[in-house]
Amino acid sequence: MADQETNSIAFVATEVIPESAPPARETGAVKWMRENLFSSVTNSILTLVALVFIYLILSGTVPWIVNGLWTTSSLAECREALAGKTGACFSVLTERWNQLIYGFKYPVEEYWRPNLAFVLMLVAIAPVLFFELPRKLLIVTALYPFVAFWLIWGGTILAPLLALIGFVVAGVFFQVFGRTNFALGFFGAVVIALVIWAVGGMLIPEDASENALLSAVPSRDLGGFMLNLMLGVTCVSLSVPLGIALALGRMSDMPLIKGVCVVFIEFIRGVPLITLLFVASVMLAYFFPPESTVDLFLRVVIMITLFSAAYIAEVIRGGLAALPKGQYEAADSLGLDYPQAMRLIILPQALKISIPGIVNVAVGLFKDTTLVSVISMFDLVGMIRGPILASTEWNGVYWELLGFAALLFFVVCYGISQYSQWLERKLHKGH
Amino acid sequence: MTTLTDPPKASFRLSMLINDTRYRSLTFQAIAAVALALAFVYLGNNLMQNLRAAGLNISYSFLGDQAGYDINQRLIEYDSQSTHARAALVGILNTLLVAFLACITATIFGVVAGVLRLSNNWIISKLMAVYVEIFRNIPVLIWIIIIFTIMTAVMPGPREFKGDNATSSMFLDLVAFTNRGVYIPMPFFENGLFGNAALNWVLVLLVAMGSWYATRKANARAAEVQAETGIRPNTFWTNLAIWLAPFIALMFIMGLSWEVPALKGFNFKGGIKVGGSLIALWFALSIYTGAFIAENVRAGIQAVSKGQTEAAAALGLRPRRVMNLVVLPQALRVIIPPLISQYLNITKNSSLAILVGYADVTATLGGITLNQTGRAIECVLLLMLFYLTASLLISMAMNVYNASVKLKER
Repeated sequence: MADQETNSIAFVATEVIPESAPPARETGAVKWMRENLFSSVTNSILTLVALVFIYLILSGTVPWIVNGLWTTSSLAECREALAGKTGACFSVLTERWNQLIYGFKYPVEEYWRPNLAFVLMLVAIAPVLFFELPRKLLIVTALYPFVAFWLIWGGTILAPLLALIGFVVAGVFFQVFGRTNFALGFFGAVVIALVIWAVGGMLIPEDASENALLSAVPSRDLGGFMLNLMLGVTCVSLSVPLGIALALGRMSDMPLIKGVCVVFIEFIRGVPLITLLFVASVMLAYFFPPESTVDLFLRVVIMITLFSAAYIAEVIRGGLAALPKGQYEAADSLGLDYPQAMRLIILPQALKISIPGIVNVAVGLFKDTTLVSVISMFDLVGMIRGPILASTEWNGVYWELLGFAALLFFVVCYGISQYSQWLERKLHKGH
Repeated sequence: MTTLTDPPKASFRLSMLINDTRYRSLTFQAIAAVALALAFVYLGNNLMQNLRAAGLNISYSFLGDQAGYDINQRLIEYDSQSTHARAALVGILNTLLVAFLACITATIFGVVAGVLRLSNNWIISKLMAVYVEIFRNIPVLIWIIIIFTIMTAVMPGPREFKGDNATSSMFLDLVAFTNRGVYIPMPFFENGLFGNAALNWVLVLLVAMGSWYATRKANARAAEVQAETGIRPNTFWTNLAIWLAPFIALMFIMGLSWEVPALKGFNFKGGIKVGGSLIALWFALSIYTGAFIAENVRAGIQAVSKGQTEAAAALGLRPRRVMNLVVLPQALRVIIPPLISQYLNITKNSSLAILVGYADVTATLGGITLNQTGRAIECVLLLMLFYLTASLLISMAMNVYNASVKLKER
């Protein structure tokens, strides 16, 4: 009998013992700490060392930041106001804000122009970075270079307008003829654009910039973090097409083209950027026609563009090599010629693989724009080392200024690299 | 019946240059060659005109002229009477010195941070992640300036070491950190076997190489014994003896002693002075590049599949041997190629020395010599030639190593 059996054996429990809570050392924060911080003797020592280290850093920096002053007008005044306490003189940032961001020569009443250009840049870059945005926004991206040039440098609107017209006509020509004959369409478009610029350049009157809507600002007046941003954005966007061309050239079957591309890429990658900047500042002028004057900004842009194009070419070559051979063969078997195969089948896939790598090159390049301070251009670092630290008011305020520069670069570069990781996760379809 | 006939001999037509794939690439290359030649002629012509207008010519004879400037950080004899070529050589050696030092320390930083980032200790791995992110995302130029500022503006001046109530003191009474540089004790031989100090050091080097050769022999012998008997004799103590005994004996015979820096007047005298600029450059380059190497190391270790670790553990290997015998050899194959490019980056980034006044080749040849002689084109070309050669040599050496650790596939 079941009933009898359950009742007869005295040592068998008849009811379920209520659940008791797990031991304190196996739950919650204690368990987590035991597992993640103090799992062994070595780990415990490491944890303690790390805690001491963090404490030392925080105890040094936190009072310095919290006690910081934002409103004094010179270092002496700031030291006086602090009265021996530890504290930062952040007032150098507020007082010299304009110099740090725009350089010391850009006319103050025109600051709205770079500001507007910056906001427009965010709009123009958005559809390139985020594929979900409406494709119509790409029109803004296409127009942006001309608008930004006009906003920042000012002067006659005819110059950027002429450049735009050249591109538009060339684009239309390519659309019409490029479909049937790529070579004709491409080289014809280049020739047409050059002709338009040459003819139009003669039509623009010499004094067009004098009474222009926006007053002209020469390149040597650019400076501060604005200069870093401008160099970074311009050189990266110019070097992507050049990098694609170099990568295709390096993968080409034609020995001459391949050889030229290999020599160029390896040469650029073998020398430091600083020597290329020396070339820009002291040597490049010798290679232009004697009567021409090409300003330093443009020369620097040329050299940095060549520099980053070589690196981007290597990234894209990696993307081209990563594509399965079947893609190339499939394109061939469809009867597509080389430009069609590249444009419709190979490059869209190869570029997609290369985007994270290109973004990494862009981050590196943006950091490298600080090197222009070596050839006495006043970018953010150049402003700090030159006019600000040398001034009588702020001689000796190292940490606030260098910390600010470091923070600015960190925010931008960390942001871009997070974007690149996000994109990598998104593009990784997972099989 | 049909007879096979030769295909019709196609006569060559001009349009085939474009339309026939057999000839098209030749056409394109010919066009490219002509365009390239035209571009070179154009640029060369501009160069010639500009040089003539400026009254200059291309000549390297300035390298033999007297340099007339001093270099305070130098590895070989140099004074202001020496030639520009000698100044460039001093600079080249300084570049190689800082690049070599930074490569070693960057590897140490990188490997430690990369391994610790994978640690199961939460706080340590987070700390290492913060280190990597902070140093990777701030330009190396700013790091060099920051560390140089610490070396010059924060370190005490020599006068603070003076007197009875000095505010600073030497570290262990051996090393002095001052804002003019760091002074460390210098080893020297009281009764060297040769009159020339350098020859004595060469002797030490020879002895070290002999020891290295002997330990290799000993290890090979141990491997032989192991192959025969299955038991590997313990080589640790014999190797230690082979390394240390001749070395200690040599040091004893030659009378090794240390020259400790001491405060004389307003400055430290004696010992080796390591300039603040060298330390700033060295440390900034290593800690910056270390962050990149840490990421490479982490990626390399993670690239070894978990099955490998588990298989090794299933064979009964201890965690340390699993790391040494199974994981690291496979991870190294992934780590080495990016490590090479980091070494190249260090060599190239060492050109930022010009910023802190360290006399590397960019600062001597590309800086003072260029400004004094006005020979911009020659100086920049020589500078590029040096860096190009250095880069190619490093990548060649590393490619040889790379090929030796490559997976041997059937």
